[in-house]
Amino acid sequence: MEVIMEALPALGDAWGLILQPIVLGYLVLGVVMGLCIGVFPGLGGIAGLSLLLPFMFGMDPILGLALMVGMVAVVPTSDTFASVLMGIPGSSASQATVLDGFPMAKRGQAARALSAAFASSLFGGLVGAAFLTVFILIARPIVLEFRTPELLMITIFGLSMVGILAGRVAIKGIVAAGLGMLIGTIGEGASSGDLRMSSYDYPYLTDGLKLVIVGLGIFAIPEIISLLRQDRAISQEPQLGGGWLEGVKDWFANIWLSVRCSIIGVVVGVIPGLGGSVVDWIAYGHAVQTTKDKSQFGSGEVRGVIGPESSNNAKEGGGLVPTLLFGIPGSGSMAIFIGAIALLGSGQIEVGPAMLKNNLDITYSIVWLLALANVVGTVICIAASGGIAKLTTIRFALLAPFLFMIISFAAFQSGQNLMDLAALIGIGFLGIMMRRFDWSRPAFLIGFVLSNPAETYANQALQIAQSRFRKGFEEGIDYIFSPIVIILLIITVVSVVVGLRQAKTILAEGDVQSGSKRAPFVFMLAVTGYIAYAFYDASAIPEYSRDRTFPMFVAGVCLVGCAILIVRMMLKPETDTIFADRERNGEDADATHGLWPTLAWFAGLLILTSLLGFILALAIFLFSFMRFRAGVSTLFAAAYTVAGLAFMMGMAWLLNRDFPPGLLQEYADLPWPFT
Amino acid sequence: MSTFKTTRRVAFSLVAAAAASFSLQAQAGGHGIDLAGKTVEWIIPFSETGGSAKWANFYAPLLSEALPGQPTVVVKFMPGAGSTKGANFFQEQQYDDGTLIFGSSGSTQFPFLLGDPRVKYNYADWNVVLASGTGGVAYLPPELAAKMDGMDASGLQGEDFIYGNQGATRLDLVPTLAWEMLGLNVESVMGIKGRGDGRLMFERGEANIDYQTSSSYLSGVTPLVEAGTAVPMMTWGALDDAGNIVRDPTFPDIPTFKEVCDATEGCETSGEQWDAWKAFFIAGFPAQKMVFLPAGASEDAKVTYTAAFEAVKARADFAEISGKRLGKYPQMTGEAAQTALASGTTVTPEAKAFVVNWLQEKYGVSLN
Repeated sequence: MEVIMEALPALGDAWGLILQPIVLGYLVLGVVMGLCIGVFPGLGGIAGLSLLLPFMFGMDPILGLALMVGMVAVVPTSDTFASVLMGIPGSSASQATVLDGFPMAKRGQAARALSAAFASSLFGGLVGAAFLTVFILIARPIVLEFRTPELLMITIFGLSMVGILAGRVAIKGIVAAGLGMLIGTIGEGASSGDLRMSSYDYPYLTDGLKLVIVGLGIFAIPEIISLLRQDRAISQEPQLGGGWLEGVKDWFANIWLSVRCSIIGVVVGVIPGLGGSVVDWIAYGHAVQTTKDKSQFGSGEVRGVIGPESSNNAKEGGGLVPTLLFGIPGSGSMAIFIGAIALLGSGQIEVGPAMLKNNLDITYSIVWLLALANVVGTVICIAASGGIAKLTTIRFALLAPFLFMIISFAAFQSGQNLMDLAALIGIGFLGIMMRRFDWSRPAFLIGFVLSNPAETYANQALQIAQSRFRKGFEEGIDYIFSPIVIILLIITVVSVVVGLRQAKTILAEGDVQSGSKRAPFVFMLAVTGYIAYAFYDASAIPEYSRDRTFPMFVAGVCLVGCAILIVRMMLKPETDTIFADRERNGEDADATHGLWPTLAWFAGLLILTSLLGFILALAIFLFSFMRFRAGVSTLFAAAYTVAGLAFMMGMAWLLNRDFPPGLLQEYADLPWPFT
Repeated sequence: MSTFKTTRRVAFSLVAAAAASFSLQAQAGGHGIDLAGKTVEWIIPFSETGGSAKWANFYAPLLSEALPGQPTVVVKFMPGAGSTKGANFFQEQQYDDGTLIFGSSGSTQFPFLLGDPRVKYNYADWNVVLASGTGGVAYLPPELAAKMDGMDASGLQGEDFIYGNQGATRLDLVPTLAWEMLGLNVESVMGIKGRGDGRLMFERGEANIDYQTSSSYLSGVTPLVEAGTAVPMMTWGALDDAGNIVRDPTFPDIPTFKEVCDATEGCETSGEQWDAWKAFFIAGFPAQKMVFLPAGASEDAKVTYTAAFEAVKARADFAEISGKRLGKYPQMTGEAAQTALASGTTVTPEAKAFVVNWLQEKYGVSLN
């Protein structure tokens, strides 16, 4: 009671701070900038905040906060555009939205999907803020109850979502997740820095592959290539159905799902260390499990959009708890946010344990600025969604080069290395193959995202538990099996059992026909080969190092799965679901263009970039693609190229980024942007 | 291009009004380079989220004001391979017009000192224009701190300690070696992503010994000390002009490791082990962050940048604005920066051999 009596005046002060015209003006400015940046896939809040940083120095704290919070809050809102319209996960927060949002867009219901998503985002943001207002007062001791075993258990719970998304052949889904985990272990191990599947002679891989590249490669590239091959618009219906009002109605009809997913979002966001990268999958899993008719998931079920979108904005609010109360950023953008807060004013706001005591009014201001920014951002997005949805009726060949330009640029920003582009195409190829042979890509991505936390927490929990057991058996047991762990364990087991039973009906990759044996079998062998090599590679790490255990364990489990699959492939006839192959039947089989010529265009961009640098290569790529592949007039192609280049350069210059250099730049000293 | 930069700056000033005031400090003179209309790129070999980013973001706008011609100063992040990627990149750059500078950190210095195979850079080639120091404080839970007898840490020698460690070859080797010298049995739990995670582990009761650099200690641990859940154990100290370890000016009431070591049975403040610890302490803390111009920089450029950083230091409000963000530590230019560079990037072969061998024995980390 006493706590609340203290909190109320602070809450009043916070509203007093927020409700000034100039503060609201800065907030709107931040929101608009955030929307502009969030629309482009791969450029999240980090890029936006870096843009604002130079101006934070000495700025009036409340104005600076309004600007920054406005920007951070709406990135998970506006990245929905890319997820729904193009099938490109705009950021880690909207990966699950792709699963059902994009099929809706393909059916001509883009506006409906978008407005359902935005309504959910808005609601999630508000629920998050309301929940936080009370929770933040008591959050500290609760958050401290989440020790390493609890974190490990949450990670395992996240991994259990693979069960739901595994697809028709459950073992295939599990192997896909394992493959994702193994790809996630590439590089220096967290424990003693031993190298997995990499070498100091090729330094690129020692840092591991970045989520941006894997996310874009596994989801975006296969979709772009597939649409290009069919040479049509994204929407199969020429007439767009489902206006924005319908989406809002959809959301309202599922309001309780939205409430539950919002709470899931805040709670998982509150726990430091997981960064909320699994929140949308957990919410998606929840949406699936609570829906009676599951047949539509994966092919355009609106609940599959409402669930993740309700959670991902709420998560941003939850993420404020570790950020403000502990000074521990829940995500990359939050880390910059902390740094920027130190620059504000005379540095009087100190994020950390003293924040609640000294700056409760500021804390509340941040929470409610976040909520307010959600409202403003959502209104703008809903207003724009009808117009932007029309993009889905444009012939895709006209959009594809532009999209490819954006995702190449985004991928390059993650490591500023030409290898980023090569990795993007490599992972993209894997994604194309997984899509073709009906291997669950969501399962792969969950595995990749959780690989690192799973390994680190497992190693740490084990080590600390050993130390506790040395002190006494009871102390060790208390540490590992806390009430929270036991509850999470029960939830996980139930979720896996229920999930596996349902997995067959949820076609995350749509319905895929089976065909001949050869191609699926060759891919199966290639996957097995990689896993076996990863096992061998990890086993070469010295025995005392903890860095070998996790990849060996995962690879070992996967190899068993691979063996079962191979045996099944040998025994079953070629009509079995295990031989699913998109090239046999359906859209891909009837496509106008072949896979290889389409892929060659993008490989061409990569090769040209390595020779001439990105900008020159892009100029050639855009022009020749438009002229020869899309078949437009020379004038149109030239105009398109100029516009594309101007856009790219403007963006890079605004964000202060460079482009990948090529061989030419080794010999000639060229001015920006050709460097 | 210059017109672009100007409009951009104007545009940005409008966008984020109330930004830094662009006071015109006449610096143009016989010596020095004019950077009017140019953009200075400041490469930081870490991600946007680390301590070096905080440090560079603090200095960038001040440097922009102080440089002749008030160029735009942008911080460019080039993370990778534990900061060796960015440093290797900088090593390849030739001096051009003074618009490229590099910010190195203790994490860049340690691989260099230890002969990490990834290191292709050489500090001797670069030109230092600023060196910023920091300090570090170790702390304990109250029940363990009570077992210390004044500065004598012998009472802790039978305890089992857990420490969240960022990596055996990182700055964390300074605290872990110190604790080992005191005879403490500290088990390192690896895989911590930053010192903040280590503090969280301490707060959750999983780790029972920890250290933080000064600014993080002030914001993150002082409230715990006030609440009675943490007790400072010792600082690493600071260096006086003669190179002796003295009490840290930010924490004058907390004893240094040297004092604690002197008071603890079995810990020596001389000899091979001590020399090795001290060498790596100096590289990691009093000379932790430095700003460099690339190889072949002109004398004019060095003078210009040195003068600019001196002008920043001479600001009337510098003590106030830097105190909270960087701590009360020397920000060295000119001769002092040279000295800091020398002490921060050279260790005796004996000290290096000792640490390399110790890392091999304790963690199985092989640096070849």
